[in-house]
Amino acid sequence: MNLETLVTLGVLAPLLGAAIAGLTGRRIGDVASQAVTTGLLFFSCVVAWIVFAQWTWGHLEPFTVTLAPFIHVGDFVSNWSIRIDALSAVMLVVVTTVSSLVHLYSWGYMAEDPDKPRFFAYLSLFTFAMLALVTAADFMQLFFGWEGVGLASYLLIGFWYKKATASAAAIKAFVVNRVGDFGFALGIFTVFWMFGTIQFAELFPMIADRAGTGWEFIGRTWSALDLAAFLLFIGAMGKSAQFFLHTWLPDAMEGPTPVSALIHAATMVTAGVYMVCLLSPLFEYAPVASQIVALIGAVTALFAATVGLAQNDIKRVIAYSTCSQLGYMFFAAGVGAYEAAMFHLFTHAFFKALLFLGAGSVIHGMHHEQDMRQMGGLAKLLPVTYAVMMIGTIAITGLGIPGIGGFAGFYSKDIVIESAFAAAASNHSPMGLFAFFVGIFAAGLTAYYSWRLVFMTFHNKPVWKEEGAHHADDHATAAQLETHSEPLEHDHAHDDHAHGHHGPLKPHESPLVMLVPLLVLSVGAIAAGFLFEPFFTGHHENEFWRGAIFNGPANHVVHDAHGVPTWVVWSPLVLTLIGTAFAVWIYLVKEGMARRMAERGGLLHRFLYNKWWFDEAYDFIFVRGAKALGDLFWKVGDVKIIDGGGPNGFAWLSRKFAGGLGRFQSGYVYFYAFVMLIGLCLFLAFAISAWGA
Amino acid sequence: MPQIPYILSLVTFLPLVGAGVLLLARLMSKGSADGLARWIALATTLATLVVSIALVAAFDPSNPGYQFVERFGWFRGAEYHLGVDGVSILFVLLTAFLMPLCIVASWKTITERVVDYMIAFLVLETLVIGVFTALDLFLFYIFFEGTLVPMFIIIGVWGGANRIYAAYKFFLYTLLGSVLMLLAMLWMAHTAGTTSIPELKTFAFSEQAQPLLWLAFFASFAVKMPMWPVHTWLPDAHVQAPTAGSVILAGILLKLGGYGFILFNLPMFPQASEMFAPLVFALSAIAIVYTSLVAFRQTDMKKLIAYSSVAHMGFVTMGIFAGNDQGVQGAVFQMLSHGLISGALFLCVGVVYDRMHTREIALYGGLTARMPWFAAIFLLFTMANVGLPGTSGFIGEILTMTGIYQVSTWTAFVAASGVILSAVYALTLYRNVMFGEITNPAMKAITDVDRREILIFTPLIVGTLILGVQPGLVLDYTEASVSAVTTAYQLAIGG
Repeated sequence: MNLETLVTLGVLAPLLGAAIAGLTGRRIGDVASQAVTTGLLFFSCVVAWIVFAQWTWGHLEPFTVTLAPFIHVGDFVSNWSIRIDALSAVMLVVVTTVSSLVHLYSWGYMAEDPDKPRFFAYLSLFTFAMLALVTAADFMQLFFGWEGVGLASYLLIGFWYKKATASAAAIKAFVVNRVGDFGFALGIFTVFWMFGTIQFAELFPMIADRAGTGWEFIGRTWSALDLAAFLLFIGAMGKSAQFFLHTWLPDAMEGPTPVSALIHAATMVTAGVYMVCLLSPLFEYAPVASQIVALIGAVTALFAATVGLAQNDIKRVIAYSTCSQLGYMFFAAGVGAYEAAMFHLFTHAFFKALLFLGAGSVIHGMHHEQDMRQMGGLAKLLPVTYAVMMIGTIAITGLGIPGIGGFAGFYSKDIVIESAFAAAASNHSPMGLFAFFVGIFAAGLTAYYSWRLVFMTFHNKPVWKEEGAHHADDHATAAQLETHSEPLEHDHAHDDHAHGHHGPLKPHESPLVMLVPLLVLSVGAIAAGFLFEPFFTGHHENEFWRGAIFNGPANHVVHDAHGVPTWVVWSPLVLTLIGTAFAVWIYLVKEGMARRMAERGGLLHRFLYNKWWFDEAYDFIFVRGAKALGDLFWKVGDVKIIDGGGPNGFAWLSRKFAGGLGRFQSGYVYFYAFVMLIGLCLFLAFAISAWGA
Repeated sequence: MPQIPYILSLVTFLPLVGAGVLLLARLMSKGSADGLARWIALATTLATLVVSIALVAAFDPSNPGYQFVERFGWFRGAEYHLGVDGVSILFVLLTAFLMPLCIVASWKTITERVVDYMIAFLVLETLVIGVFTALDLFLFYIFFEGTLVPMFIIIGVWGGANRIYAAYKFFLYTLLGSVLMLLAMLWMAHTAGTTSIPELKTFAFSEQAQPLLWLAFFASFAVKMPMWPVHTWLPDAHVQAPTAGSVILAGILLKLGGYGFILFNLPMFPQASEMFAPLVFALSAIAIVYTSLVAFRQTDMKKLIAYSSVAHMGFVTMGIFAGNDQGVQGAVFQMLSHGLISGALFLCVGVVYDRMHTREIALYGGLTARMPWFAAIFLLFTMANVGLPGTSGFIGEILTMTGIYQVSTWTAFVAASGVILSAVYALTLYRNVMFGEITNPAMKAITDVDRREILIFTPLIVGTLILGVQPGLVLDYTEASVSAVTTAYQLAIGG
């Protein structure tokens, strides 16, 4: 079998799995549904690694398989196709690896759920859409995958549909993403309007010649390329939860934890970063848009890290951490270091999936408790989970010694931060310096909130033993807690386990089927950095990317990043150590200090705890605004003005003058219809004879 | 495939023949003819579907002109003149496709005056197909206005409690527009000396006459679409109409307006079309945002979907008057796709209405637990309605917006915001009906879709998905004919 066929099968396999589990799941049963979807996913994963290995160590040339036409209208031509190059090879590996591990992990995590076939069908459907996204050769398939993953995300966030908070979060995710897609679609139209094509291969070579094209709007001439790039970036902001469009991501934690790991950490949310890197030929000629990318990225990295400091829900901490790390990737791309952005995307997928699945293991072990204030002292009871969470935390905090080495995040985060500095130093990107300082400062914050999570969960005195009774109440009332749907009929096995808090709570380690994915991801979190650094941003960089990422003639950012001053190289580590020291001081040495701080409820704490009051502001402006406008248009516009002035006014007049409508009753319908018909014919006959005469 | 002679007359009048048979059956039979009526109606509509499929199979999509033309002198210069091009043939197919589904959907729910009901539907089918096959001005007018009568009866006799008000409103609006159209037609026939639509398309009407003629046709078609602000008849008509009536109303009758724009306004009055295009863009943009927001606030399922239809038709009107390939092809596609999707959505409402006898959204909730298959079907069409890629709803929206962006950027910006709003109202509806716990005790025993209902939905599901991934199945047919229209239009306005 040649590689093209193999890749095609690899991309389509998850769709097949989703169809089998989704349509026949109830007939073939839970185990068969799980086995089919997971098996097909592992097949895709093997294919992806074959492609990646051939790309990295073999001599694979970029190629595109065109499967079928999609939309052909004039020059607006899109095909169903599979594009293989460095970018898609990286994404294929990330997506299928995390997805297959998450499928496996879910065997254990979802063991008590009555709706397993539906869950696995959604997971596989998501994976298919994501693969379609990363292998697209034109904007339409990209958009198809883009909204397809949005659909899967909506379905999975709202998987426990009986929970009101889950369905609200699902809608929020879909709608906020639609705001992004609004920009994305307009960006596509702008590209088509400028270039007359939506095919990447045709578009990219044309861009340099059109760099000066202007666009008239509100009496000014704007750079059309900047406009196109900015609009497309709005799409990326939505999907990757960047500042202003980030509000859906923390709420998305309502979904089952494996979903958070797969979709809301490792894969879907990085689609925006992937898109900007894929469109590097466009962004390189859109300097203003690129500055906006860098600015939004840096602001998000900072904002999300600050909010992460004050959250108590274990998943929300990691969600804000994801948001912040995505910010790092965007400012790297914005300053021109697309390679560094992709590298951080790659390593982040491993350690963030690890952290989420580890958190899932904690939640599972704690019988669906998510509030870290109810945890503590779990290290002995969940030793494997504790170990992998340590690995993940070391990886995300970027702990490592420059010149010697460290875990995955160390390599990628440092090159991101150094690139920002290099871009500023060489005057390539004015936003670089801001991004650099945000980058090192947020690295300190990252260390603080990441270690805080570990300490609150695994160290200190266990809270759950002392406060067993109080805990039960809390569990029942706290709206943001993850609780399985409780179908009345299927409750027995469920009751014993998930509602163990009726008796004494005994946290336990997760089964092997959940621990194996954690261990595999740990390997990635440790080794993905030093193994792949030479390819993504190091010596073999050019051979690895082979043109998949375009750097303009003036862009030497990644190259320059290797020659930044020593203080720049060491500063992230210093900040990380300071952040770690604070966490150790507050949560280990002075146990209880954090609680007292929170209880005092200073303005800063409330500001961070309430996420800068974004939700409140958006609710007031957009949700209530839309409701008020809708009511206005309906009750005043339609009912009072249009109907009142039109048909009702007419009816009133005719009643007044003819009294006719008063007797307009149902029994006479035939009569009226008959009159209409006769009238019509007479009118027509008269008209035609009048014309003929 | 051998050509069937007079195939257009056959496909047009076959349903009428069925109606005649029904009439006879009622006169002949002594007892109840209800059961027989259902089967005769179903057989007739299925036969019409078969003929229309044969018609499509024999059609040459590469030929932009009218095919299967039948032309005879009629009286005083008016002619019996039929023909189909790549656009109209698909509407014939859509009509023939939806009608059997309507008959099956009414199988159990219509229990009074069944024979009359079936006759009304069959007559309506003849009239609607006639609109799409007629190539003579007056023949078109008869069919076009004729559709009012059976629809008026369907709403007025088998409708809900407030049916008379709705039927009256429906009638009043549509008739007002049509009077102006008839006057314009008379003037055109007089001036051009022909009533043949293909010949009128090549006749250059003077630039002074065009605006008035354009407005006269616009008045009629805008009401039919319906465009803002003459849309308020539609929610009432839908709410009162029986399920199948809503399917036909949303699925086909709304498309008569868009079809009329493509048949008359754009090719016959190109200068006026260009002149009034900003007006159409403004009304379309308002329709998309305004009615989406109104839809968001509705408490009645059918009203919500009705308002959503108005918003979706906004994409059609702006696409048509963009006057380029993407715009007009997208508009045609959007109309066909909306025919499937809105029809399916009204059928979805019908499913729960038949069980619970209410359309009040607040009384529902949590149905997913009891109706998993219905949940999947309703979800699919909700997503199609919000234009999710992979469903047919996406293609029409993206193409019309691509088309309009090149002509009027700000309209595209406003229209694209409709993509956000549609997600808001559609997903909110879905959540309120399907998600959460079942709180209404009456819903505890609700049953999932039965075989008959699955039979109705299956063709719609297949159509929505196939057209979503292979839109070429439609676009290949419309390409040549639309290209002829847009090329002529661009030439006429010097674009």
